[in-house]
Amino acid sequence: MSKDMSYSAVLARKPEIMKQSVGIDYSTFESGSIAFDYEKMMRETGYSLEEIQKIQADTGVGNTPILELKNLTALARKCAAPGKGARIFIKDEASNPSGSFKARRAATAVYHAKRLGYKGVISATSGNYGAAVASQAAMAGLKCIIVQECYDSKGLGQPEIIEKARKCEALGAEVIQLSVGPELFYSFLVLLEETGYFNASLYTPFGIAGVETLGYEIAMQFREKYGKDPDAVVATNAGGGNLTGTARGLIKAGAESKVIAASVDLSGLHMASDSQFNRKSFTTGHTGFGMPFTTWPDRSDVPRSAGRPLRYMDRYLTVHQGEVFYITEALASLEGLEKGPAGNTALTAAFSLAQEMDQDQMIVVQETEYTGAGKHIQPQLSFARDNGIEIVIGNPKDEVPGKNIILPSHPSLIKANDANLDNMRRSLIKNALSNFNVTPTEDDIEFLAVETNTNIEFVKNVLASL
Amino acid sequence: MIKKGEWVLIHRNVLEVSDRAPQVPDDTKKVPLEMWVKGYLQGDANIGDEVNVLTRTKRKEHGTLLEVNPTYKHDFGNFVPELLHVSEQVREILFGGESNE
Repeated sequence: MSKDMSYSAVLARKPEIMKQSVGIDYSTFESGSIAFDYEKMMRETGYSLEEIQKIQADTGVGNTPILELKNLTALARKCAAPGKGARIFIKDEASNPSGSFKARRAATAVYHAKRLGYKGVISATSGNYGAAVASQAAMAGLKCIIVQECYDSKGLGQPEIIEKARKCEALGAEVIQLSVGPELFYSFLVLLEETGYFNASLYTPFGIAGVETLGYEIAMQFREKYGKDPDAVVATNAGGGNLTGTARGLIKAGAESKVIAASVDLSGLHMASDSQFNRKSFTTGHTGFGMPFTTWPDRSDVPRSAGRPLRYMDRYLTVHQGEVFYITEALASLEGLEKGPAGNTALTAAFSLAQEMDQDQMIVVQETEYTGAGKHIQPQLSFARDNGIEIVIGNPKDEVPGKNIILPSHPSLIKANDANLDNMRRSLIKNALSNFNVTPTEDDIEFLAVETNTNIEFVKNVLASL
Repeated sequence: MIKKGEWVLIHRNVLEVSDRAPQVPDDTKKVPLEMWVKGYLQGDANIGDEVNVLTRTKRKEHGTLLEVNPTYKHDFGNFVPELLHVSEQVREILFGGESNE
């Protein structure tokens, strides 16, 4: 008898498919209610920092250089009050084999898959992670399938996603391209079931532990070169793994740097909408992923996400699309560095943040990414214009996502905005309640206090107000 | 006629309109979930035929034959002059002035 392949039947088989494809029995960490043992999950299924450093070194991943952006810092100082304008640095993660920090996540996931004897790996991603998994699978001699959400119903696709498909194929992967919709997850489950491959999810403990080396390296490199930790580390935030892993690595190094999330403001655009899919000019690093994943990490493709950013972030800054394009162009023109747009989201936030901080303070933007045809501000803006988005020079605060992109008429107009973290914490608590539909236990309340980086009193007050 | 063994692009609908997930927005619900995949053609065929292919991971897939030796068409797009403005401006602010002419 053949299996029922309807949407609902496949989704109903999710727990069993996940167990087979990730090799983790998540029930071991569950309390049966809202709380689960996150640290136990990270400990028992992850690897030690030293093991990961070795795994990554074996595939040429990590130990990327830190570059000081002296000219961009000088530009920020031209816009800042006297004495203000912290030094801006970037960790040049584009120099990883696959061209982004995602190589760190893929290195541990693929190593683990190989060790457990899987024949191949599958990942659902339209971004740099696909290239990273394909690159690592190529080195490990494993087969690789990347599933992308790529086209709208007119067959039109973001140039950046199409470039990513090319890169994955160049690295030997099979790429499956889908039209818009959350049922990508359905296709993903069908493939996992059919092939028996490993689910190289972005959100497993191995993936997140892979990023810990990034935070750790930042602390060590700064201590060696500048004699102290950076004052602030800015991470572009989407699914939350980048920020979580980096923050955990900083903690393991004993660093007390502030950890700041940055996303492109795409408020008002619906991510699963066919007609709005191509009206955004950023495929990741935006609030369409950043906000929902921060306020409910377990919407990911594993039962419990190892990326839990609200535990670690001190601030969450949003910037406009036009501001990121401006800073990307400025980076090329003033620093001689052409980088893809995603890491430059954090750089844009850092440019604004630097102006609040003193000149002797240091900010590090913890990633860069590769650039090229399709994956560059030129094709992104050209694609936007072809799709009826107005590109104008003006004040970025007037930007309306999906309608226009406003390149600042002067760099002093670049202003990152603080998202309200307390509102996000309330959302997380609310989401926990509605997903579990239970009366929270004492353990749950304690768990939610850690999840939201608050305290028991805060959680109790929110619960009382709901 | 495209020969068996050629590298091709195929297309099929994975979920028809009636099978889409309940949480999908209204505009997305009006269209099927489509899939594109590449593989080696398993029998001689013409563009538009229903065909079978073998993918890079040796999976069997089926769908409508769209293209043989599918080509990447992405590039750097049309020139966006506004970027030139940004480039000139930041250099002018930092290094500009008559002494630099």
